[in-house]
Amino acid sequence: MAGPFNWFSQVVSISAFNVRTLPQRLGSSLTAVLGVAGVVAVMVAVLSIAHGILRAMESSSAPENVVVLRSGATAEMMSVLGGNEVDYISEAPGIARNEAGAIASAELFVIIDVKKVSTDTDANVPLRGVTRPAPEVHQEFRIVEGRMFEWGLNEVIVGVGASREFKGLSVGDSIEVAREQWPIVGVFEAGGGISESEIWVDAAVLQPAYRRGNSYQAVYAKLESPDDFQAFKDALTADPRLNVRPMREEDYYAEQSEMLYNLVTGLGLLIAVIMGFGAVFGALNTMYTAVAARAREIATLRALGFHSGPVVISVLIESLLLALTGGVIGAGLAWLMFDGFSAATLNWSSFSQLTFAFYVSVPLLIQGIVFALVIGFFGGLFPAVRAARLPVADALREQ
Amino acid sequence: MKYLLLILSNLKRHKLRTALTMLSILVAFLLFAYLAAIRTAFTAGIDVADLDRLIVRHKVSLVQLLPASYEARIEQIEGVDEAVGQTWFGGYYQEQRNQFAQMPVEPEEFMDVYPEFVLSDEEREAWLSTRTGAIAGRQIAERFGWKVGDRIPITASIWTKADGSQVWDFDLVGIYDAGKKGTDDTQFFFRYDYFDESRPEWGRGLVGWYTVRIDDPERSAEISAAIDAEFANSQAETKAEPEGAFLQGFANQIGDIGFIMTSIVAMVFFTILLVAGNTMAYAVRERTNELAVLKALGFTDIGVLGLILGEALLLTAIGGGIGLLLGWLMVRGGDPTNGMLPVFFIPDRDLVIGIVLIAVTAFVAGILPALQAQRLRIADALRR
Repeated sequence: MAGPFNWFSQVVSISAFNVRTLPQRLGSSLTAVLGVAGVVAVMVAVLSIAHGILRAMESSSAPENVVVLRSGATAEMMSVLGGNEVDYISEAPGIARNEAGAIASAELFVIIDVKKVSTDTDANVPLRGVTRPAPEVHQEFRIVEGRMFEWGLNEVIVGVGASREFKGLSVGDSIEVAREQWPIVGVFEAGGGISESEIWVDAAVLQPAYRRGNSYQAVYAKLESPDDFQAFKDALTADPRLNVRPMREEDYYAEQSEMLYNLVTGLGLLIAVIMGFGAVFGALNTMYTAVAARAREIATLRALGFHSGPVVISVLIESLLLALTGGVIGAGLAWLMFDGFSAATLNWSSFSQLTFAFYVSVPLLIQGIVFALVIGFFGGLFPAVRAARLPVADALREQ
Repeated sequence: MKYLLLILSNLKRHKLRTALTMLSILVAFLLFAYLAAIRTAFTAGIDVADLDRLIVRHKVSLVQLLPASYEARIEQIEGVDEAVGQTWFGGYYQEQRNQFAQMPVEPEEFMDVYPEFVLSDEEREAWLSTRTGAIAGRQIAERFGWKVGDRIPITASIWTKADGSQVWDFDLVGIYDAGKKGTDDTQFFFRYDYFDESRPEWGRGLVGWYTVRIDDPERSAEISAAIDAEFANSQAETKAEPEGAFLQGFANQIGDIGFIMTSIVAMVFFTILLVAGNTMAYAVRERTNELAVLKALGFTDIGVLGLILGEALLLTAIGGGIGLLLGWLMVRGGDPTNGMLPVFFIPDRDLVIGIVLIAVTAFVAGILPALQAQRLRIADALRR
């Protein structure tokens, strides 16, 4: 028989034997599976928070969209743009136009206190004053309940995320702004993006309420094509009347979510690594026990002429199988329990609430299972080497 | 003593298994300690809030400004010792990602209201006499390598200067130390007079919020109500609340994420303990025979029970103790996010809970096999 084939068939036969005898070691095997499952479930769940935040931010932006803030401002809250500055920006080259004019929305951004549904405590909810082109600029804007507010009236619409996470934000309720009650007339969607965490009102109504005169904080605009960005940026930065910072919307949102994303991912990975060590120790224990229990069988096989390579590999395969089972269970649990779980948190960059859904993506599931296999590999490696090195004569004599 | 030797030799029987079990427990308690610090960070140090301080902010939201003239009116209210205004400056050092808290304050009143920010007498004097003077927390000064005497340019994102420039220069006159556990030493304070005269006209005479020291913590609700009543129906109504409630409000805003992260990790903590406990129990069951021999030699039932429980306790105590210690060392090494969690430490209460958990784990893992061992009938066991 050819060498490699013989070697391979030895691996298969020992592994099959191991797997068939698994039920005899059910207790300790289940322990290892459970440990790995817990670790993977936590890792996937925590990282799905970060992925959910990222997805909310990503689906907020379109490649051809741009944001203009005052130069030096790191978020809308910190920016101020005068009415004439807004006019100059809207005239810049590259901005898409329709029959109503430039598709550029000058916006105001303030926050108001609204109570969270989950905790009944105050939260900073963004209140955005928008201008007529806003529904054209912001991604996939769509009224899903009620109607759009009337321009010039103190009516507001709320995003679906805000409506779900905060109290008293349904059609028919009203919010208090500048000691007036502003009725909520509609609920809108924005493709799962960050706008869904916000309340919208006509900027011309918000300006006097917050004594902002004719000033705004940001301009959101749609370019004719993503390639026009450089020309648009150059025109604005070269304009001596302006002192502004034009950004692609994608870059702006990436910057806005960076802090929160890094915080959650950093903590999540750190915790996963610590727990991973715990799971490796658990798996090592299980596999050492398994090898010890089979010392005589392994020695017998070696005496019969089986090579040590197949013995090593068969132990590794058993460990990997256990870890894989744990990984699949853990990832599955995380997916069942957390995918789509909606939550709200404070985005430090904008100092306001961000509503989002946990997102257990396929790459994340794969990442979890790969992590399980890594645990299984290290958990099986040393016991496998020990199995291969068992002195045949001694092991056979063992009780 | 003879019991201890016996326990030790039992643990040494399967050195590898003992070591691995111990390591699992170590990891679980390391995680526990680390988690306590993360939880404290997410709740922004509510536990260390001063009971005799109130925060007064604009009723609509924290970002709305209040007139600076409110300070004198607040100080007139009965029960108020001192009020100091602060404003979020929101600048960064050199690069946009170097963001940290900077606030303009009136130095003298500020140092009265915040005794936990410890400065030397010379530093105090220097701050009071230098108009462009600023003080920084130890941690932030170390992060950027600042020394007293340095000139520090901060780029403003909200407050440009009246002349339109964005960079403010400050002279670092002091580095403050954290006077107690949990004091945030990543902040940067500079003088309100310098701030007010250099900022644009539209912002002059406005501050972000007031910190108020009151003379009797018992009356905080009453004094808060009196402050709010003072400004009711004015252009800028206020919301006054104890510092702890204010921080709690902040923590609630972060809300779900902190809670979910801590609860799922808590689940894993128990999973790891379960796994380790199971291994310990298994190690005892394996020795049924020997336990019978011990009894035949004259060990009492209670003696055998103690032997097994003692073994579980020793194993858990070593693993858990080292785990807590390592966690404590890691937390002392600083927060893993490089400055995003300024309040990062393990509260004493959690260390105590950790020690209690070690005992509980040992008991839960040891009690079943120990009871079995106690009830063991010699003849039955030996015949197996």
